[in-house]
Amino acid sequence: MTDHLLSLMTFFPILGMVALLFLPKENGNLIKGFTLVVTIIVFFISLPLAFNDVFKTSAGMHYTEFVPWISVGEFFTMNYSVGVDGISLWLILLTTFIMPIAILSTWHAVDKNVKGFMALALLLETAMLGAFISLDLFLFYIFWELMLIPMYFMIGIWGGKNRIYAAVKFFIFTAVGSLLMLVAVIYVYYYAIQSGIDMSGFSITQFYQVAIPAEIQTWLFLAFAFSFAIKVPMFPVHTWLPDAHTEAPTAGSVILAAILLKMGTYGFLRFAMPLFPDATHQFIPFLALLSVIGIIYGALVAMMQDDIKKLVAYSSVSHLGFVMLGVFALNLQGLSGGMIQMINHGITTGALFLIVGFLYERRHTREIAQFGGLAKRMPIFATIFLIMTFSSIGLPGTNGFVGEFLILMGAFESQLRWFAVFATTGVILAAVYMLWMYQRVMFGELKNPANEKLKDLSGREIALMAPLLLFVFWIGLYPNPFFEKMTPALEQLLQQVNGTEIVAMVEPAQIQLPELK
Amino acid sequence: MHSYDYLWLIPLFPLLGALINGLLGKKIKNETVIGAIGTLAIASSFVISVIYFFRLLGDSQKVHEQVIASWISVGTLQVDWGFLFDPLSALMLLVVTGVGSLIHLYSIGYMHGEEGYYRYFSYLNLFCFSMLMLVLGNNALVMFIGWEGVGLCSYLLIGYYFHKKSAGDAAKKAFVVNRVGDFGFLLGLFLLFWTLGSAHGVWTVNFVEIQANAHLLGAGGAIVTAITLLFFLGATGKSAQIPLYTWLPDAMEGPTPVSALIHAATMVTAGVYMIARMNGLFAMAPDTMMVIAIVGAATAIFAASIGLAQNDIKRVLAYSTVSQLGFMFLAVGVGAFTAGVFHLMTHAFFKACLFLGSGSVIHAMHHALHHAHVHDDPQDMRNMGGLRKHMPITHITFLVATLAIAGVPLFSGFFSKDEILHWAIGSTHGHWGLWLVALFTAGLTAFYMFRLVFMTFYGQERMVEKAKKHLHESPAVITIPLIVLAVLSVFGGYVGVPELMWGAHRLEHFLDPVFGATMATYGIGMLPHSAAFEWGMVAAAVIVATSGILLAVFMYHMRPDLPGKVVASFQGAYRTIHNKWYVDEIYDALFVNPTKRLGTFLWKGFDVKGIDGIVNGLGKLVQLFSGALRITQSGLVHNYALTMVLGMVVIVAFYVFR
Repeated sequence: MTDHLLSLMTFFPILGMVALLFLPKENGNLIKGFTLVVTIIVFFISLPLAFNDVFKTSAGMHYTEFVPWISVGEFFTMNYSVGVDGISLWLILLTTFIMPIAILSTWHAVDKNVKGFMALALLLETAMLGAFISLDLFLFYIFWELMLIPMYFMIGIWGGKNRIYAAVKFFIFTAVGSLLMLVAVIYVYYYAIQSGIDMSGFSITQFYQVAIPAEIQTWLFLAFAFSFAIKVPMFPVHTWLPDAHTEAPTAGSVILAAILLKMGTYGFLRFAMPLFPDATHQFIPFLALLSVIGIIYGALVAMMQDDIKKLVAYSSVSHLGFVMLGVFALNLQGLSGGMIQMINHGITTGALFLIVGFLYERRHTREIAQFGGLAKRMPIFATIFLIMTFSSIGLPGTNGFVGEFLILMGAFESQLRWFAVFATTGVILAAVYMLWMYQRVMFGELKNPANEKLKDLSGREIALMAPLLLFVFWIGLYPNPFFEKMTPALEQLLQQVNGTEIVAMVEPAQIQLPELK
Repeated sequence: MHSYDYLWLIPLFPLLGALINGLLGKKIKNETVIGAIGTLAIASSFVISVIYFFRLLGDSQKVHEQVIASWISVGTLQVDWGFLFDPLSALMLLVVTGVGSLIHLYSIGYMHGEEGYYRYFSYLNLFCFSMLMLVLGNNALVMFIGWEGVGLCSYLLIGYYFHKKSAGDAAKKAFVVNRVGDFGFLLGLFLLFWTLGSAHGVWTVNFVEIQANAHLLGAGGAIVTAITLLFFLGATGKSAQIPLYTWLPDAMEGPTPVSALIHAATMVTAGVYMIARMNGLFAMAPDTMMVIAIVGAATAIFAASIGLAQNDIKRVLAYSTVSQLGFMFLAVGVGAFTAGVFHLMTHAFFKACLFLGSGSVIHAMHHALHHAHVHDDPQDMRNMGGLRKHMPITHITFLVATLAIAGVPLFSGFFSKDEILHWAIGSTHGHWGLWLVALFTAGLTAFYMFRLVFMTFYGQERMVEKAKKHLHESPAVITIPLIVLAVLSVFGGYVGVPELMWGAHRLEHFLDPVFGATMATYGIGMLPHSAAFEWGMVAAAVIVATSGILLAVFMYHMRPDLPGKVVASFQGAYRTIHNKWYVDEIYDALFVNPTKRLGTFLWKGFDVKGIDGIVNGLGKLVQLFSGALRITQSGLVHNYALTMVLGMVVIVAFYVFR
């Protein structure tokens, strides 16, 4: 069974989707319940990955499967080649962990065409998992594109007032990026064949071996990086995000924030950086600059929002800026921080979107000015909201701190020292925009009569938040189980990207790292 | 062989208390049970602290580390959940758990009948947990957990009356201003970690290792100066020094016992503690030391000047706290680490006593005004006067603590403040200018504190007639902590009687394992002075304190008409200091408003008009082109066929005729 664990995990949602089609359309709760069960089963299928200690010692791919798929003469072959290492491991688990929570959040939120929504959600899960396990660049591309469609419809059909604009904007931004990536993928493939390498499909492990001249790397890297930067999103190609988030239904926002954005950061780690190490080094100052601008810019814009959901959306721009800064530090601390911050962002921002959803379901508005003084009416909600707020601010003891601290420390130890100094101001700004929002929503007198009868969280809503709260504190207090299993893979990545230049390129801080000498 | 195996219980008890009251308090409901859980939790920590303190006294080994588990382990960064028990942390533990226990006890009475009683005790216990982590942490990151944890609890407790906008504002301000300090703390830590590691191969955040290896950085170098200045920025946030002191006066929005515990006795001293903890590092940066001493002295006199003109009883005490913290920073800045910690301790006693006493007064005033159905401010001293008859115990304890803070001989504050003054002029890092400022501030302190005493407890009863008969002394649960703290305000100073006054300065010897090596290595100490000179300094301090008191007696007791006249003749100056030198307004104009404007511009100008404008513009452009191209897409098959034929003709022609 472990031989095909990844395939089982990835395609189980599709099986569920097919079964779903036979359920009666009118029975919304049955459909939701069925989908929930499917996603929970997927989570349990993926769970053995979390307990496998092989990731602590081995950097390579595990649970690999290889099936020749399409072969058109000698010019085009692609294979179904999948596997998991210490990097994708955590994003896979994050996906299977978040999906049941997202589904459970729809209970009262989605009542229009439930069957369609759930079918799309399951299709989306397959696409996301597929992208994370792909070891064939073309296979990755297929899953990458497949993700776009369900999310497009989720926003466009189940979204808010301005949903069509948001959906189209989301689609166009991402599609433009993907097209550039497609061109680059094909170019790399033919370049490899022309240089006499016997490519069996678009295998990334084989691509890693191809020595591409620096001038060519530049263009290919830019194509990949542009595509991934849109997805992250990095400043200045982030403007699709606030609209998409604001208009998407709660479950869509949660999935978008928690998982889809990680496709961009994952793309850098898995493809853009190890495939084009020279170009990576060349563009790091520029990309780090964009990351730091993103941190500060996202925070400043978030501060002035009067829609809670938009505020959280812009805070994502800031948080993902931190992730990218850590990644570009190109040392173990920065990368580990970036990785853990990807998980953190999934948990915390996912939770914040759920929280906004709770408010929206009760009051059908997300305008901050409509609230105020809710803490008295909804004490449990107030407490959970507060914890998530401080997790987002990065209070020590919560997950956010571990990520931000390592990112900033890693960046400080790398050539990006001054970038780290400016990025650290983000720590102040995060407190400003989050606490100001919390104060306006929860503190003060309850003046708006519409808020008089607000009910505190239901059992279902507490159940949604409980697992997220657990991870807020787990990662905050004892993150080592996570780090242990990502370290070998990250060290290998560092070796690929930094190569032999390491001693010359980076600060002495790096020399101490094992395997890098 | 002495064992300290149960050190971890000290922070654990209050954490458990916080969890029990936080999760179950609503169900428990019974105030006595909730208060007892909270108080017993911290009292248990106090008991262990006392036992371990005496164990340490008899121990030849003075520095003990206890590692519980690994926290973060990533490459060169190895951080443990570890504790450090040495004379410095042992003393801080006594102060935090001792004063903490008394304030928990006091709160049982003070918070009686408040909505969210359980919430209060949960936060207060959580604060103690964080403060104990801060004190006990054996590395900078565990300290930082406590550092931010106390900031969180401060936020929660300042905002305890969250329905008041002013409380919410003050809470947010406190956290954000502290974050500015944290910015410095973090960068200082990064710079320290990276420099020690990359240049000297010592990758550490552990205090013992930092202390042992700090010398590698090279005394007086730019890097070590930068590191220590950054850490000091962190300290100015937490300990309310210039330029980051503005949050502390506003923090008085919290319940009064909170002001006593967090914003006077413990949390705000964290900056002093942090510098004392890393004394080996700071001693190597004389420039930083000088900055610390100057900022401390400046804060002391600046805050004292504002304290002269406040009418809210808690605000006076708040500015007094800022001022006294300035004294502590002046002390560590001139290398008088022991004196700084000494004053930290005595200040914890007398300032906690003063705040709790003011709480007792406010409690009584609130009660009386409430029964008289008037909405006068129960914290405004202009509504008080003559309270000594109604509240004898509060009056006596308050008076004792005031004598202590004023530096009257034989009271605790006299010894600690005198030692600071002494070092300010006589140490290798001292300067007569610092001494002069500190001396003058001591006079101001005596004056404004006795102004407070006279306006509150003496003279005419200025409250409305109906309220007078409702005034009465607070219950025993409130007065007992006052009495204990008053006793400590008297005798707390006797651990540090200098040799000059035929004492043995036990405190200095006790703390020697922490500071001794640093002082010896970097030649920090007192310059030789004659006994006559030293007695002269003592006399100067006593004379100044007495003058301040006498002036207050004259102005606020003998000639109560005088203050009004003085104010009238110095309108401009009075208004400036009454309005706190307009610093809040200046900060708003310089930082807050421009940031908001920038945020709005980036959003509406750059994001919506700029980037989206370009994107949407491109969209429009595409529509325009596609409009033109649409004409060719007629959907008529013969048109397409014609186009294809034409195309083929062109291609064939190209190959034939090229």
